[in-house]
Amino acid sequence: MSERDGILPGLVRGLATTARSLTRHTHTAEYPDVSPALPPRSRGVIALTEENCTSCMLCARECPDWCIYIDSHKEELPPTTPGGRARQRNMLDRFAIDFSLCMYCGICIEVCPFDALHWSPEFEYAEVDIRDLLHERDRLGAWMATVPPPPALDPGSAVPAEVTAAAKPKRPAPAGAAPAARARPARPARTEGGGTPARPPRPRREAPTRELPVTPPVDATQVIPVTPPAPEAGPGTPDAGGPAPRLQPGEGGE
Amino acid sequence: MLPTWLEVVLRAVAVLLAFLVLPLLVGQTEHKVMAHMQGRLGPMYAGGFHGWAQLVADGVKFVQKEDITPARADRWVFRLAPAVALVPYLVALAAIPLSPSVVGAPVDAGVVLVLAVIGVGVIGTLMAGWASANKYSLLGAMRAAAQLVSYELPLVLAVASVALAAGTLSLVGIAEAWSPWWLLWQLPGAVVFLVAALAELQRPPFDMPLADSEIVFGAVTEYTGLRFAFFLLAEYAGIVVFSLLFAVLYLGGWAGPLESWLGWLWTLLKGFVVAVVVIWLRVSWPRLREDQLQRLAWVWLVPIALFQLALTAVGVVMTS
Repeated sequence: MSERDGILPGLVRGLATTARSLTRHTHTAEYPDVSPALPPRSRGVIALTEENCTSCMLCARECPDWCIYIDSHKEELPPTTPGGRARQRNMLDRFAIDFSLCMYCGICIEVCPFDALHWSPEFEYAEVDIRDLLHERDRLGAWMATVPPPPALDPGSAVPAEVTAAAKPKRPAPAGAAPAARARPARPARTEGGGTPARPPRPRREAPTRELPVTPPVDATQVIPVTPPAPEAGPGTPDAGGPAPRLQPGEGGE
Repeated sequence: MLPTWLEVVLRAVAVLLAFLVLPLLVGQTEHKVMAHMQGRLGPMYAGGFHGWAQLVADGVKFVQKEDITPARADRWVFRLAPAVALVPYLVALAAIPLSPSVVGAPVDAGVVLVLAVIGVGVIGTLMAGWASANKYSLLGAMRAAAQLVSYELPLVLAVASVALAAGTLSLVGIAEAWSPWWLLWQLPGAVVFLVAALAELQRPPFDMPLADSEIVFGAVTEYTGLRFAFFLLAEYAGIVVFSLLFAVLYLGGWAGPLESWLGWLWTLLKGFVVAVVVIWLRVSWPRLREDQLQRLAWVWLVPIALFQLALTAVGVVMTS
């Protein structure tokens, strides 16, 4: 009989355990009286910055349970310069999140390209009527005041993607497509960044998706040719509109 | 001197007051002690200061609840059962002395009266279980009866040992005859008494008759409102009675510093400590199975009690 198996030692240890916890502080969180200390990035409610929203519908489409409702209409803006072209823009009519359906996955916030949605740690918005959990855009906007500044990075964490993207030297123009005037300024940058011979394969993987929106449309013809070389044995001609979109249909752009 | 009838009324009122206040005190202590032993706070709101009025609030709630008698129940037996369970403890409390003068009803053979009266309480449980027309209630009542019959014997044997040592059946006489070395001499009997008292109270770890995970709430499953509250009150009154009895029989009752002034307070204090131990055991230990429960009574407690009785007899003969 080891000490752990005996009935009597077991009973005594039971008594000792309860007596010990009697003398220690309790774990009770006195919630309504004492507000809880929430960890950073707590998911309480989703706040909306209306001005950032372009009614692109990405959040509503990505929402797993379809709890985001967006209505918008197009409005024509008069040309800013004489003889210019009138432009259209989306005007947001309604933005609502139904928190009776929301499962707080945060996909809408992740997916928003314009930082219109944010997590707020506020969680005290229980309602008597379930229909009142449908927060319209003014109520979602009011939550913005409770959104904390982003927490500092954990020590030893990876450098954020934005910082690496900003620090990265400009993508080199392909050797074959050099003549364009636009590509010239990019070149010195590459030499400065330390002549890494392995540079060409990298843009093939990620650069086009990231930088296509940034590069002016003029460059598109020069950018696309970079893509084919590695997968395809023979590099496509710069003008061949056919093969490039077929290879990467998702980002073909124009 | 007071006329007899006035004295009777005053004593009855005093005992009734003690009967209503002390169990609440023990109940509140249980709420708080158990909570803190489990790392919780317990009641914090009722009454404002650390939930002191929680049990009063509970009582108010119980009064408001509907008094339901099941359609198939044996009406009168069902309704009478809580009283049968409760009143014995009231009578027992009246006979337990807090000091030679502070006692509800001074009885010569107090030990016999208290033990006999406490034994009646089980009839209330049996009545409740039988009259409820509910299989769980019936099972609970049968378990309670089996348990109480088993543990009555070691209880009586342990008390007999103390009575033998003191040479009297009077509770006051026993407490007066007490001397500190009884703590050692009567220790086996004291342990047997405490364990048997726990079993008589049907409190964890001896709450097989209530075993909520098996038979809902045993004999009191069908009770609601005030009648249910009476059963609960009977349980806590039982703790008070057994704790005070333990203090008088084994801890010397009112013996202590400043005995002449604070005597009754000493008894209450010792009884309170015993009640805290009863609560402590409840929090710490798991429930015994029915067969383990019977085994403990017959294989351990009865022999130990008999041994204690023999030990006491030898001691009495040697010292006389």
